[in-house]
Amino acid sequence: MIEILELAVRGVPTGCVFALLAVGLVLTYKTSGVFNLAFGAQAYVSAVVFYEVRKEHEWPLLPAALLAIVVIGPLLGLLLDRVLFRHLRTSGSVAKLVTSLGLLVAIPELVRLAFGSESKKNPPPLWYVERTDQWLWPEGSRFVLDAGQVTTILATLVVVAGLGVLFRSTALGLRMRAVVESPRMVELNGINAERVSMVSWMLSSFLAGLSGVLLAPLFASLSPFDFFTLLVAALAATAFGRLSSIPLTLLGGILLGVLQAILAGKLPTDSILANGLRPALPFVVLFALLLFWPGLRSARDAADPLAGVDPPPPPAAASIRTRFLTVGTRAFAVTVSAIGLLLGWFVLDSFWLGLVTSGVILGVIMLSITVITGMGGMISLCQATFAAIGAFTTARVVDSLGMSVIVAIFVGAVVAAAVGGLLALPVLRLEGVYLALATLAFALMFQSVMVPLDWVSGGTTPLRVPRPVIGPVDLAENRAFFVLAAALLALAGALVYVVKRGTTGRFLDALRGSEYAAASVGISATRAKVIAFSLSAGIAGLGGGLLACFYGAANYDQSFNFFYGLVWVVLVVTAGARSVQAAVISGLGFFLIPEFLQRLFEIPGRYVADHPDLPAAVEAVLRTIKPEYSLGVAFILFGFGALTYAKHPEGIIEVQTRAALRKVMGALDRTDRSQPTPATDDARPPDEDPAAPATDDDARRPAPVRTGGAGVP
Amino acid sequence: MSEAQALLEAERITKRFAGISALEEVTVEVHRGELVGLIGPNGAGKTTLFDCLSGKLRPDEGDVRFDGRSLVGLPVHRRARLGLARTFQRIELFSGMNVRDQLLVAERARHGGGSFLRDAVGLSRPTADEIERCDRMLDLLGLTPDADRPIESLSLGRGRLVELGRALMTEPKLLFLDEPSSGLDRRETHDMGTVLQAVQERSHTAILLVEHDVPMVQRLATRLYVLDAGHLIASGPTREVLDDPAVRAAYLGVGV
Amino acid sequence: MTTAPILELVDVSAGYGAFRALFGVSFAVPAGTAVAIVGPNGAGKTTVARVCSGLVQPTSGRVLVDGDDVTGAATHQVARRGVAHAPEGRSVFATLSVEENLTLSFRQAFGRTGTGDGLARAYELFPRLGERRRQLAGSLSGGEQRMLTLARVLVLEPRLLVADELSLGLAPIVTEDVYRTLGRVRAAGTALLIVEQHLDHALAIADEVVVLDRGEVGFVGPAHELGDRAASFLSAHEETV
Repeated sequence: MIEILELAVRGVPTGCVFALLAVGLVLTYKTSGVFNLAFGAQAYVSAVVFYEVRKEHEWPLLPAALLAIVVIGPLLGLLLDRVLFRHLRTSGSVAKLVTSLGLLVAIPELVRLAFGSESKKNPPPLWYVERTDQWLWPEGSRFVLDAGQVTTILATLVVVAGLGVLFRSTALGLRMRAVVESPRMVELNGINAERVSMVSWMLSSFLAGLSGVLLAPLFASLSPFDFFTLLVAALAATAFGRLSSIPLTLLGGILLGVLQAILAGKLPTDSILANGLRPALPFVVLFALLLFWPGLRSARDAADPLAGVDPPPPPAAASIRTRFLTVGTRAFAVTVSAIGLLLGWFVLDSFWLGLVTSGVILGVIMLSITVITGMGGMISLCQATFAAIGAFTTARVVDSLGMSVIVAIFVGAVVAAAVGGLLALPVLRLEGVYLALATLAFALMFQSVMVPLDWVSGGTTPLRVPRPVIGPVDLAENRAFFVLAAALLALAGALVYVVKRGTTGRFLDALRGSEYAAASVGISATRAKVIAFSLSAGIAGLGGGLLACFYGAANYDQSFNFFYGLVWVVLVVTAGARSVQAAVISGLGFFLIPEFLQRLFEIPGRYVADHPDLPAAVEAVLRTIKPEYSLGVAFILFGFGALTYAKHPEGIIEVQTRAALRKVMGALDRTDRSQPTPATDDARPPDEDPAAPATDDDARRPAPVRTGGAGVP
Repeated sequence: MSEAQALLEAERITKRFAGISALEEVTVEVHRGELVGLIGPNGAGKTTLFDCLSGKLRPDEGDVRFDGRSLVGLPVHRRARLGLARTFQRIELFSGMNVRDQLLVAERARHGGGSFLRDAVGLSRPTADEIERCDRMLDLLGLTPDADRPIESLSLGRGRLVELGRALMTEPKLLFLDEPSSGLDRRETHDMGTVLQAVQERSHTAILLVEHDVPMVQRLATRLYVLDAGHLIASGPTREVLDDPAVRAAYLGVGV
Repeated sequence: MTTAPILELVDVSAGYGAFRALFGVSFAVPAGTAVAIVGPNGAGKTTVARVCSGLVQPTSGRVLVDGDDVTGAATHQVARRGVAHAPEGRSVFATLSVEENLTLSFRQAFGRTGTGDGLARAYELFPRLGERRRQLAGSLSGGEQRMLTLARVLVLEPRLLVADELSLGLAPIVTEDVYRTLGRVRAAGTALLIVEQHLDHALAIADEVVVLDRGEVGFVGPAHELGDRAASFLSAHEETV
């Protein structure tokens, strides 16, 4: 009994670490509606600044702490609000989540650019006393806390008490909560909504900075990845607090820490279960809480009652173009694909062919995001996991059953689809952000429990997957494999296309429009969504198997780490979640853009080498551009791409297509006035069309579409 | 009306939210082909009752029987396939679709939904028969000119008609209408009443109508139920109920 | 008139994205008067209300409050000049309790000390809200949410109250109550701009009527003169009862 108690006490400081992060997340969510997965990245920024000034520039403790926590923290919040979240205030929580994913990808790379990529070992603590100086409490007992732990516990308690006062009894707290729901109604009350949310962001970013500096000494060296993992572990505490109650969140964090400490002390250290379960505990708890914790399951966003003030979204390009242009667009797509194929076959050298093939295969995985997010309207953060399941299954089936590789890839897809369907059944009751979190928890459970197992991944040596031989064609040859990949991509693309246009796609459209209304005409939401989940997981599994086959091995860390799953979602959603070509383009972009950037960044270096007589200043500037930045810059671009999601939820590709269509249709209109073309009205200046149907409802009046006959009263 | 079993029998429905009683032992019956009104002041529990009957909410107590079978535990979409349809107080259309597609989706869903395999081989386009049924409905509601317009560009009045059409495509035996005249001007309200009469004559669909527009209720409903604070305070032929002093005090006020 | 009207719209056009809802709308609300905006659905009534409170910015034309040009001003700045807007529909903070909804507004208007008084007056106006003060506003019925919106603006006793579709979704008995209260508020000196579907309600309280049709002003004038000028327009709406 005493032993358990001792273990429990040992867990309290860790619990407070969880709680501090979790409380920061809850605060951000309550006051901005953003489930800020980039909170850890923000914490990382302050931690790095503290490290730099303290260790590199040897500032005294107090100014260093003030700069990192009180200046940099809120300043970052101010910046995020100004350039980003201000414009997202009226968007849905999913748009906000995607934006925070973009930040999560971009911020660490920005920090690396600013402060260099060499590792930052032994982060300095936020207290004077050395860690060896231990506090004993109670006197003479074995309960030991060091200064760092005491600081963390105190800081957590102060933060929780302060936030409690803020929300319970200040006008500011009330305003912060109100702004999340409807900034416009807050404004109607005579309150400056922009200022309120600016303060919210500064406050939550200050908390991020505080946690960052406090938690940094937990790690041997500073890495954004550790911060993110710790944040995800803390999510269980936010779920315990139902994303709203700060005291419950504190309790949840402490319980989590205590549970972890007890498990660590009590479970036998040699069992597989224990080794897997200990790191996975926070994710298992998060998953279970999301499914079973009352009050979370039914939580929904409250819609802004004044949302009708926003201009409506423009019609999709496909719905405004004429029949002629539809045929034209398709012909164009076929031509481009054909040229791409020929290029791949005849022109590319083996290095670029390898990249393009990887991109084509990733395009298949990206299509799985088109299905789940574009058609199903759900954000899934475990697509990389489904791909990994496909890859592992392929490897295992080939290895143990001696099955043909190409068949094995499809078996992998089927297994992934089955896992997707099984996961869907419990998870589908969740909405929006909660669904995304549950899939994230699933991905992390898989990573920490399943992946280390020998029979799943082969343990430390990745499972080998041979290249298939189809009849006379040996696909060990890269050009042949490229054609196979392109063919499978075409197959998957066609499948997604017909399903989107078919009954399942229409039902999913209806469900996204209004789930209750869809049910009231007899559509089963569960069925449609399970199909979407299975199809999506199956396609991801297909891509995963193919990728493993191309690389010759199912390497989890290199190809399917859950973090890639996040980056992929960001990319697809940025390019356009509803379109097949956007998925293909983002798959190619993931591999090609860093490579292009590298070529670009090599130019200044070469120029300097060729021109030894350059002025010193110019040379110095040119030397700052290094090819090794390319991957970081690419990720920054990917991340910032997601930030356009708020403005163009339909995706960049769709926006470009629409603009191009407008131009073409405008040109057609001018050259061919005599022909009655069903062109759109909204492309023209508004005052040319005063006779818009006056029966339109005040609240939601988009541009009248297609007045070529049907729309004219 | 024959003395046969009622189409819908909701018996002693009770629903509480966090201890606050929204419905207290409410019993309602609707017979085949009749139009029954349900009126009551704000917060009386009218929409809650609809939600309990259509399956969105699970009543704490009570039994709902429809067409001879118990509906207890059935989800919304299963009840819809049995012939229960509804419209919404705050209009709920499928965004991003045009008017005809709203109806086509409902037509397809009526049979319990398509097969994924048919989708995968591209065999799930609307059939000629489906399009024809849908066009007939558009015609009945006077929506033919709007068939290809996206629903976002419709007025509230047209939107309510689309919702009605969508519900009717499922060939319901019983239709719940939740304040169909809310937000409509008088002409539109009048037109809505006319359409409802036409629908009833044509298809003999039973209708349970929640409505604040008393003239409309008077014109359409043969019987009335009055809810107040979760209790059924009156029921009977429309005229009698409207003349009931208790009803006047709770709901209509002196001036009407 | 020597003093500037509380609110004046001069040649205002406005819309949503590519869609134009108003075309050159002009009218004024003099201090202490009640103006009703009537017209069929889709005429642009709600847009007018939104332009008045700054929720929708005009694409051309000017909005004057007390003679000062507030075109382009933020909504909260217009609100602080004493223009209260009760939007149509369920305009409450669903995730806040009834009391928090009211407190949010009253703290801004009356300060810390006046909030309690304001709450008391709101519950006096609508006892039903008092019974449900701890309940989340989102769990109220449609009509109760309407009451909450109204309680907020009525207690504020603003200089100008812009009320959009007050009676929408309210039981007849409550509608009458609301109009009685409006009468009292007006007698206390608040000018009213009422957007209404129900012509008889609007005419009973309004001094002036603005008839909107397809985003343009079809008629402006004293309520009692409305009869002949707009008979043709209104007849379609009268015939139903």
